[in-house]
Amino acid sequence: MTNQRDIGGPRQPLLQVRDLLKHFPLKGKGLPFASPRSAVRAVDGVNFDILKGETLGVVGESGCGKSTTARVLMQLINQDSGELVFDGETVGSRALPLRQFRRQAQMVFQDSYSSLNPRMTIEDSIAFAPTVHGLPSREAITRARDLLARVGLQPERFAGRYPHELSGGQRQRVNIARALALEPRLVILDEAVSALDKSVEAQVLNLLLDLKQEFGLTYLFISHDLNVVRFISDRVLVMYLGQVVEIGSSDQVFDQPRHPYTRALLKSMPSMDPLQRTMEAPLAGDPPNPINPPSGCRFHTRCAYARPVCGQRAPVFTSDESSGGGHGVACLRYEADTASLFSTAGEVSHA
Amino acid sequence: MISYLIRRVLYAMPIMLGVAFLCFMLVHIAPGDPLVAILPPDASVDLQKQLMELYGFNRSYPEQFFSWVWRAMHGDLGSSIATGRPVAQEVFKAVGNTFMIAALATLIGFFFGSLFGFVAGYFRNSWVDKIASFISVVGVSVPHYWLGMVLVIIFSSQLMWLPATGAGPDGSAAWIWDFEHVKYLIMPAVTMSFIPMGIIARTVRALVADILSQEFVIGLKARGLGEFGVFRHVVKNCAPTAMAVMGLQLGYLLGGSILIETVFSWPGTGFLLNQAIFQRDLPLLQGTILVLALFFVSLNLLVDILQTVFDPRIERA
Amino acid sequence: MSTLQATAATPVSALPLPAFKRSRGHWANVAARIVRNPLAMIAAVILLALIGIAVFAPWIMPADPFATSMFTRLKPIGTPGHLFGTDELGRDLLSRLMLGGRLSLFMGITPVLTAFVIGSGIGILAGYAGGFINTAIMRTIDVLYAFPSVLLAIALSGALGAGIVNALTSLTIVFIPQIARIAESVTTQVRRSDYVDAARASGAGAFTIVRAHVLGNVLGPIFVYSTSLISVSMILASGLSFLGLGVKPPEPEWGLMLNTLRTAIYTQPWVAALPGAFIFITSISFNMLSDGLRSAMEVKQ
Repeated sequence: MTNQRDIGGPRQPLLQVRDLLKHFPLKGKGLPFASPRSAVRAVDGVNFDILKGETLGVVGESGCGKSTTARVLMQLINQDSGELVFDGETVGSRALPLRQFRRQAQMVFQDSYSSLNPRMTIEDSIAFAPTVHGLPSREAITRARDLLARVGLQPERFAGRYPHELSGGQRQRVNIARALALEPRLVILDEAVSALDKSVEAQVLNLLLDLKQEFGLTYLFISHDLNVVRFISDRVLVMYLGQVVEIGSSDQVFDQPRHPYTRALLKSMPSMDPLQRTMEAPLAGDPPNPINPPSGCRFHTRCAYARPVCGQRAPVFTSDESSGGGHGVACLRYEADTASLFSTAGEVSHA
Repeated sequence: MISYLIRRVLYAMPIMLGVAFLCFMLVHIAPGDPLVAILPPDASVDLQKQLMELYGFNRSYPEQFFSWVWRAMHGDLGSSIATGRPVAQEVFKAVGNTFMIAALATLIGFFFGSLFGFVAGYFRNSWVDKIASFISVVGVSVPHYWLGMVLVIIFSSQLMWLPATGAGPDGSAAWIWDFEHVKYLIMPAVTMSFIPMGIIARTVRALVADILSQEFVIGLKARGLGEFGVFRHVVKNCAPTAMAVMGLQLGYLLGGSILIETVFSWPGTGFLLNQAIFQRDLPLLQGTILVLALFFVSLNLLVDILQTVFDPRIERA
Repeated sequence: MSTLQATAATPVSALPLPAFKRSRGHWANVAARIVRNPLAMIAAVILLALIGIAVFAPWIMPADPFATSMFTRLKPIGTPGHLFGTDELGRDLLSRLMLGGRLSLFMGITPVLTAFVIGSGIGILAGYAGGFINTAIMRTIDVLYAFPSVLLAIALSGALGAGIVNALTSLTIVFIPQIARIAESVTTQVRRSDYVDAARASGAGAFTIVRAHVLGNVLGPIFVYSTSLISVSMILASGLSFLGLGVKPPEPEWGLMLNTLRTAIYTQPWVAALPGAFIFITSISFNMLSDGLRSAMEVKQ
C-alpha cells in the first residue's frame, strides 16, 4: 500500500529536516512593550534525514529539544526558519499542502490519558481524523474497530468505553490506533512508552514492531531510555542543547560512540551485570542553559576531552560515507584541521 | 516583583479610564431629556438653551467626556441638579457613612465566616461540617434587604431594642461614638455581614480542608508537632487568601450598599444613589457611580499588591 | 493491510453497523451521583414544586390577585378565605405569591440563560483564539468586571429606567463578564491539552475542533458555574423591583411586593415578610442544587 504512494523512490529519504530553528522568546521581565531580551533556543539548527522504512531513534537529556523538534516536525509549532521535505516535496508548498502532509505523518504522545478526549468514546476518538478528511462516519467507525482489533483490543469490549476506564497500556494502544487511522507513512513516537510499566512497555514495543512490518511504516522514536532505543532503532540520533551531535546506525552509535556526550550517556546507563556496576557519574560540570549556551562547542564545559579551541570554535557536523546514511558527528576531534590537537591522551576533569 | 507591581499599577490605568467612560455613557443612554427634572413644563426655549449651556449638554460627547474627566481629576464633580450642592462634597460625606457600616459588616463577616469555615474544614465531612456549611450557604442565599426587614420586625417593632431607621437621633451630621448613636449602626452592619460571612466561610473551609489533606501536614505530625502547632501552621497558610477575600468583600459592600441603606434609611452612598436615580439628578448619579467604581478598582489593586507582597508563594510572571 | 480497505464483495453501506455496548457517559455519571445527594435532591424537589406552582398559577390560584378591597386590608395569616392574609390593598396574598413566582423566577433565570449563551460564546472565542484577540476581548470584559455587580445592575437599570425588559437587559450585562471569564479560563486549559493537539495534527480546522472536542469539555463547567448565578440573579432582580426599578405595579412580583408591604411591617409583620421568605427559599434551593452539581462533577474518575 505504501508503495503506491511512494513518489521519490526508495533512495529518497522520507523526511529531510533542514536547518530547523525554533527559539522561544522570554517575555521581558520589565515593563510591557519592552523588546524581549533573550530566548530559549530549543531547536538551534537541526539537520537530519529519516530514511524510508527505518526506525530512527532520538536520544538526549531532558531539555535538549527532542520534543520540540517532534512538534515542529508535526507542524504543531511553526519553525522560525528551516524547512521540511517529505518524500521530495516541501511541506507547506503547493505540491504538498499542510492538510495533505497531515495524512502522512502522525504522532503518539507521551501522556496516554491527556491525549484522549475524556468525553469521547474510544471508537469516536479514533474515527475522528478520518471523518475530518471526508470518510463517511460508518466507514470511519468500521475502520476504527478494525484498528482496535489490530492493536490488541477487542472492539466489542472496548469500542464504547471512555478513556478513564482503560489502563495506561490500553490507552497507549488506542493512541497508536488513532495515529494509524489516517494510514500515515511516518509515525513519530514521543516518549510513547516511557510512562508504562516495564512489562506493558515490552508488549507495546512488540506491537509497534508488528505494525511497522504490516503497514510498511517509518518511525521516529524519541526516548530517554537507551536500552529501549537500542532494541527498536535501526539508526540513532543524539541531541544536545538543541543540536544534533551524533548520528549513525544503532550498532555504530552504541558500540563505537564518537561524540564525548554519547560516550558519557552510554557510560551512565545502569549496568545489567552485578559484577560490573556503574559507580561514578560520568558527566560533571554544570547542566546546560538553553538560554545562554556555552560558546564554541556547546558541550565543552562538561567534555572530558575539551581543549581551549573547543570554547572558541563551534564544530561542524561531518559524516563518513559508510553504508546506511553514514556515521556523523559534530566534534572538533574529528575535523581535519583540529584533530591533531587532541592526539595527546588523557581526559579532562570538570568536577 | 517590583516590575510586576509596576505593571499591575499601570494596567489599572486603562481600566479606570474605561470605568470613567462607562459611567459617562451610562447617563447618556438614559432615555429622555437630562434636564427634564428641573425644568418647569412651560419653560421657554431660551431658558432651556441657557440651562443646556450651563450644564454643558449642548457640546459634543467627546468634549463633554474630556472636560468631565478633567474636572473630576481636580476634584470637581459638578453640582447636583436637585440640591445645587457640589457633588463631590455630598459623595464624600456619604462615603464616610457607608464605610462605617461596610467596615463593621466586613469585620463581623470575617470573624464568623472564618470561625465557621475553620470548624467546617477541620472536621470536614462530619455533622459539624454539614451544619457550618449550611450556615454559609444561608449566608450567600439570603436576600439581604429582606433580612433587614425581618431584623427590623424582630428588634425594632416587636422587642423595641433598636431603632429602625436613620443614623442617629439628630441625623448623621452629629455622629458621636456613644451607645445612643451606635444603636443605629448595629442592624445595618449585621444585615450586611451575612453575605461576606457566607463567602468567607466557604473560602476558608476549602482552604483548610485543602491544607490539612496535604501530605506535609502528616509529615509535621509525624515529627511530633502538636495540635496547636498544626493549627498555627494552617492559619499561616490560610491567612493571605482569606484576607484578600475579605478585602474584596469590603469593596463589594461599599459599592453595593444601596439596598440595605434603603431599608434602614442610612445616609450613605447607596442612599444617595437611590435619590439620584429617582430625581434623575445626572451629575449626582455620574459622580457617585464614578467614585464608587474607582474605589472598587483601587481596592482590588491594593488587595492584589498586598497579596503579592505578603504571600511569597504566589508566582507572578 | 487489506483489513483497512472495504472488501469489494459486500458494499459496506448495505451491512448494518453493529452497535457495541457504550459505557455510561459523563452526564449520566453526574446524574447518578447527584441523585445520591440528599440535600441536592430536597432542593430539587422544592424547586420543582415552586416552578410547578408558578407555571400553573392562573389555574390553581384561590382568588383574583388583582382584586382590591378596602375592607379586607392587611388581614393576618390564617384568615378564612385568605390563607396567607392580604396586602395593603386588600389583595389575596397567596394568589399574588403564586402568580408573582412566575415573574420572579423568570427574571432570575432568563438573564443567566442569556448571559450563558453570550458569555460562553465570547469566552470560548477568546480562549481558543488566544493571543491578541484574547487580550482585546478580556481587557474589555475587565472594565465591566471592575464594577461590583449590584452597583452595575442598579446603574444600568437606573439609566435605562424601570420596566421588565430594562431590568433583564441590565442583569444580563452584569452576568456576561463573569461567565465569559470562566469560559475563557476553561477553554484556554482545554486548548493546551494533548488531545486538542492531536486533533490539530490530524488536520481538523478550528471550527471542527471546537465543535467536536472543546465544547463537550467546556460547556459543563461553565454551565455549573452559571447555575450558581441564578440565586444571585433572583435576588438582584427582586432587589431592583424592591427599589422600584424593575417590575412595575400592579404586576405581582416578590421583590415589588416586599417594597409595597414595607410600611406594613408594624401592623402585619409576618404577612409583610412572606414574599422575601419565598425569595430566600428559592435562592437557597438553587444554591444547594448548584453545589450538588459541582460536587457531582468534581469526582475524580
